[in-house]
Amino acid sequence: MDHDLRTGLGAKAGLIGLLVAAGAGAIIATRHEKSGSRRNPDDAPGFTGRRSFGEYDVVGRTVTINRPREELFAFWRDFANLATFMENVVSVQPTGDNGRAVWTIKAPAGRTVEIETEIVREQPGELIAWRSVPGSDIETEGRVAFKDAPGERGTRVSTRIAYKPPAGELGRLVAKLFLREPAIQARHDLKRFKMMMEAGEIATSARRKDQTRAAKQESKQEEMA
Amino acid sequence: MRALTWQGTHKVQVDTVDDPEIINPRDAIIKITSTAICGSDLHLYDGVIPGLLPGDVLGHEFMGEVVETGPKSTLKKGERVVVPFTISCGQCFFCTVQQYSCCSNSNPVEKQDLSAGLYGHAMSGLFGYSHLTGGYSGGQAEYVRVPYSDVGPIVVPDHLEDDKVLFLSDILPTGWMAAENAQIEPDDTIAVWGCGPVGLFAIQSALVMGAAQVIAIDHYPHRLELARKLGAKVVNFRETNVLEALMEMSGGIGVDAVIDAVGMEAHGFAIDNVFDTAKQKIGFGADRASALRQAILAVRKGGRVSIPGVYGGLADKFPIGAVMEKGLQVRTGQTHVQKYTRDLLAKIEDGTLDTTFLISHRLPLEQAAEGYKNFKQQQDSWTKVVLKPGMDQNKTENGTWQSTASTH
Repeated sequence: MDHDLRTGLGAKAGLIGLLVAAGAGAIIATRHEKSGSRRNPDDAPGFTGRRSFGEYDVVGRTVTINRPREELFAFWRDFANLATFMENVVSVQPTGDNGRAVWTIKAPAGRTVEIETEIVREQPGELIAWRSVPGSDIETEGRVAFKDAPGERGTRVSTRIAYKPPAGELGRLVAKLFLREPAIQARHDLKRFKMMMEAGEIATSARRKDQTRAAKQESKQEEMA
Repeated sequence: MRALTWQGTHKVQVDTVDDPEIINPRDAIIKITSTAICGSDLHLYDGVIPGLLPGDVLGHEFMGEVVETGPKSTLKKGERVVVPFTISCGQCFFCTVQQYSCCSNSNPVEKQDLSAGLYGHAMSGLFGYSHLTGGYSGGQAEYVRVPYSDVGPIVVPDHLEDDKVLFLSDILPTGWMAAENAQIEPDDTIAVWGCGPVGLFAIQSALVMGAAQVIAIDHYPHRLELARKLGAKVVNFRETNVLEALMEMSGGIGVDAVIDAVGMEAHGFAIDNVFDTAKQKIGFGADRASALRQAILAVRKGGRVSIPGVYGGLADKFPIGAVMEKGLQVRTGQTHVQKYTRDLLAKIEDGTLDTTFLISHRLPLEQAAEGYKNFKQQQDSWTKVVLKPGMDQNKTENGTWQSTASTH
């Protein structure tokens, strides 16, 4: 709890602590605290509420993936795999210690930024939570949870990602791309994860390899570099 | 390669564009031998479906020969295949319950938000259609890239010529599913609005499913004649009070099920249609739903409404009161083509279903723009146009019944 990112939430428990404490209900807990003694109005996930999370942007999304929970967990837990479906992520390089990893993320003008994260909580087959280490250019926390879907429907995969809009020149540059529409980006990334795991490939309507979205973005990135 | 491209409302042309190539492991490249112009292509031609870009290659009814396969395709080079117009991954929740046209993986992620905003959920991918459905290049071309080629394409035996099996790609399963959605029982009277290709196949399917009587409604004499040849009774809405006629022809009960095979660009001269047309022209997004309104009034209490006709937006003055008070069931949707192809191929092979009667014109691909124009402007005689990329450019062929069409 010594992470300075916490100060934004005052003396209360860190956001990620809340995120992981009670699964989907975590953010609702924050809502309770902020609204005093008012009862939780409904059973909807907290981030879908019409309220703000202070200086954090919190985005979340759930998809149902028609694959076994353990398989999905294992794929995600190997952080190097994340770059295959996260569009703005160039690579995620595990560094070895305590699930630490360096994320290389695309930034405007052909630049990249690096964020080092550590795993703050892991429940095999069920949940992975990470956060940026102190001093990162972008302060971010996230978690992904895997739950069995009813019957034969596979697994419900939920992500919750919280960003603190960055300060400074680099921060502003990064915000332009990475934080512009974090909700859209997170949703798209999760859908690409679903495509990878179910269909084994990410859909494209291009006619040629050099016309796919991925190829176009890569050449744009190189052009600007 | 050469391909028919959309350039704007009422403007399509055959251009030279990049050849497709294998991108994903499950892809295959098909060399097109036959490809048809569909009634829903006319919605694109008329500019009433949003989300097209100049240069888009149209065409979603096609078949051909496998010329290249990705490492995970199950097809073999040289096989003849018919390709469903719905692009389906085969592995998501929707595909596993055979709702193939609802596939959640086939529409590229970056295109999904377009339709999610309109419909609350993202559409799946379709060939040669709007970017709302992925913006996939279609089959009115020499070659096409087919994703998930291990799931969609059906291999057809060599002894069945193209004209017999081509319509497995869309309109035959669409007509069949329309009849299935009408939940036909042996003593039923079924009314079908629209004797275009889907309406005619719905009539044929309803009779195969054992309907006691099928009534076809249209205003083109030749199309009504085709419906009559299939075994339907016919009603010309320009000459007859349709509601009164259907009530009489069903013994005062009302027809048991109705099929709207017209969709969003209904002809008709009721005042509602005039307003709809005006709003569609100024881009107000209202669908012209006069056929559907009439169908809902015609169907008996407790009856079924099946809608294979295409709608894209909002319909004004929808008679929801009649739907509720009469206790109607409504079923609709883009066709789950992959669910039907095998059974329908068997029915073609054993002679239960014939599809060749529909084809009025065969043209080389180079004359595709002419095909669109005539299919649009001469709906009575141009019932179905099949484009053949390999056909001699100076040669065109008319269907066998063309001589009777010329009497109108």
